[in-house]
Amino acid sequence: MSPEAAPSEFRLETPPAPARTRSEEFWRSFRRNRMALAGLVIFVLFFLGAVVGLVLTSGDRPLCDPALVRLPEKLRPPLSTPHLESLAPEERPALGIYLFGTDDLGRDVFVRMLQGAWVSLTVGFVAVGISVAIGILLGGLAGYYGQRRIRLEQLLVMAVLLTGAGLLAAGLRTWAVLLLAAGHAWLFWSISPWGIQHRRTPLRGLDFLRRNTLMVDTLIMRFVDIMLCFPSFFLILTVVALLPASIYTIMTVIGLTSWEGTARFVRAEFLSLREQDFVAAARVLGVGNLRIIFRHMMPNAIAPVLVSATLGIASAILTEAGLSFLGFGVPPPHATWGNILSDGKRFIFDAPWLTFIPGAAILIVVLSFNLFGEGLRDILNPRLRERH
Amino acid sequence: MIAFIGRSVIQKIVTLFFVSIVSFVIIHIAPGEPSQVDPLNPKFTPEMVARFRQAFHLDRPLYVQYAFFYRDLLTGHTVSWKDNQPVLHKIGERLLNSLPLFVVGTLITWTISFPVGIRSAIFRGGLYDRGATFLSYVLISIPGFFFAYLLIIFVVNQFQVPVIGMQTFGMNDTPAFHHGMDRRWHMLLRAVLGATGGIAVLSRYVRGQMLEVEGQDFVRTARAKGLPWEMVHYKHALRNALLPFVTMFGLVLPGLIGGSVIIESIFSWPGLGRLAYEAILARDYPVILTINFIAAVLVLIGTLVSDLLYVAVDPRIRL
Repeated sequence: MSPEAAPSEFRLETPPAPARTRSEEFWRSFRRNRMALAGLVIFVLFFLGAVVGLVLTSGDRPLCDPALVRLPEKLRPPLSTPHLESLAPEERPALGIYLFGTDDLGRDVFVRMLQGAWVSLTVGFVAVGISVAIGILLGGLAGYYGQRRIRLEQLLVMAVLLTGAGLLAAGLRTWAVLLLAAGHAWLFWSISPWGIQHRRTPLRGLDFLRRNTLMVDTLIMRFVDIMLCFPSFFLILTVVALLPASIYTIMTVIGLTSWEGTARFVRAEFLSLREQDFVAAARVLGVGNLRIIFRHMMPNAIAPVLVSATLGIASAILTEAGLSFLGFGVPPPHATWGNILSDGKRFIFDAPWLTFIPGAAILIVVLSFNLFGEGLRDILNPRLRERH
Repeated sequence: MIAFIGRSVIQKIVTLFFVSIVSFVIIHIAPGEPSQVDPLNPKFTPEMVARFRQAFHLDRPLYVQYAFFYRDLLTGHTVSWKDNQPVLHKIGERLLNSLPLFVVGTLITWTISFPVGIRSAIFRGGLYDRGATFLSYVLISIPGFFFAYLLIIFVVNQFQVPVIGMQTFGMNDTPAFHHGMDRRWHMLLRAVLGATGGIAVLSRYVRGQMLEVEGQDFVRTARAKGLPWEMVHYKHALRNALLPFVTMFGLVLPGLIGGSVIIESIFSWPGLGRLAYEAILARDYPVILTINFIAAVLVLIGTLVSDLLYVAVDPRIRL
């Protein structure tokens, strides 16, 4: 027997590896979806623009000052060149021309748009980050631990702590501190080794408090129902109008009022995933709950969350623009796309670029997120995927 | 069936109770008080503020205020803090202005979305489908206020008609036909604006439902046995695709209140959204809370109606 023939006898009986890996497959179908690809490209451009804008317009002596007022140069149309003789050297636009024109105070609209891009970007991402975090947490709890029951004492402690926090906010210090202290004392008792070991309340007479009440799932989903009863833009408007104006308030409020959809998705995914064999196998192998949740279930549940997050960014940008348009949100000298448009609407017939440029910018950016999100949904949905 | 209705109604009342607590707490925990809205007004002496606070129970603890407020609301005696008008009367007046817009907008939405969505689904992947898809993404993404200005410029320049407000000032004495046309022009843009977002979303949804049904076996069977194509699409596919939309009739209801604040302030249309906006600016808590309460009731009634319709329409669902 010749030595050359030897390897063929030892060939391993492994199944052939798939021709393409999952990410290769993803990119293939992604590149075929032209609208989603266009969305991604626009998003990358927008992201770069926002970062460049932040670098150029922030700091004590920015390269291009978006708040620089040049009264002789007001309402110049786009692409016009500045009257250099009437401007001090430090007042000249950095680009040499007014690319997008100037507004009624002679401020360079291009620089203001750059400054506003960062606001839109951060509002979109931070608001959606908050809402996705809350949605995954509550949806995951309801889906994975939903069948557990809450004990009466836990409900009571929660009520006591919430009332305490409420009283603290309302200004009644003494009662608030008393309630908070009592709630925390109970908490510490129940997580102390002694409390865990004996599985009972500190006083024998209070043992009825350990009775089971609601299911976790019921509690969380009823809370979602309650939150869905508020008309969301109206709620956001109320809170933003009552709180001091700041970009952080807007981000937080948009985030806190838009997590219900994510929570429902995640719960539904978790409910179906936890019955599947691979989760049962992991549990039999002794894998911990947290590892099962984050390592085994979350990667399988993340697709719809990703899609709704992308679409959520689009709607958060729209909401922020709407709030700025109504005059809430970032205080005046700072530019956002919404308030450039809102300031410019008075000159809609004389200086239409003040309305059209920010409006078109919002439209294009929001459109890119929507196209990207919908493309992602088509690609990640196995039922719509073409079979090869 | 009766048991199901009873259970949902009780559940919804409990939800409503919690909504009332949450909205009350949100409004009252926020910093600032209605008595401080206008600190520079010389009429607001400290005595006035004290009297104001006492008259509206603002000096009482929160839970007492809560009890007072919802007692007044449920007996219909709430008054606005701004002008002492009964809140329900104010809201009813604005509702009459919002209602025609809502009805016309909903009709436009439903009559246009279905043909568009069905055609997209039948000619899937064609030029029409791709065009409609892209256009609906544009309509979803366009900021309402920007679109409003585009339409205003277009209509005012092309047709030379006034569009801001509810009617042209001084038109009351003109013949009924002119008066009516004037009001219709004023309403048209608002209704179209309210409908476009709905058309974009609903037509996409119709398309999705149609595609799902068209992919099922019974449609293939219908096609295979040689039925004419309109029979296949409109009788076999469409009827089954319509099922989920029956339930959407209920979900239309909350649209009566939400989401028109910006458009109504652009068009100076004295509707509910604008009333809410003015109330928020003036910290007119009774009006804000009442509108919120009504909105919550509409949402809950809407879900109840859609659940019941689903049971009535879909024979596969048994209680």
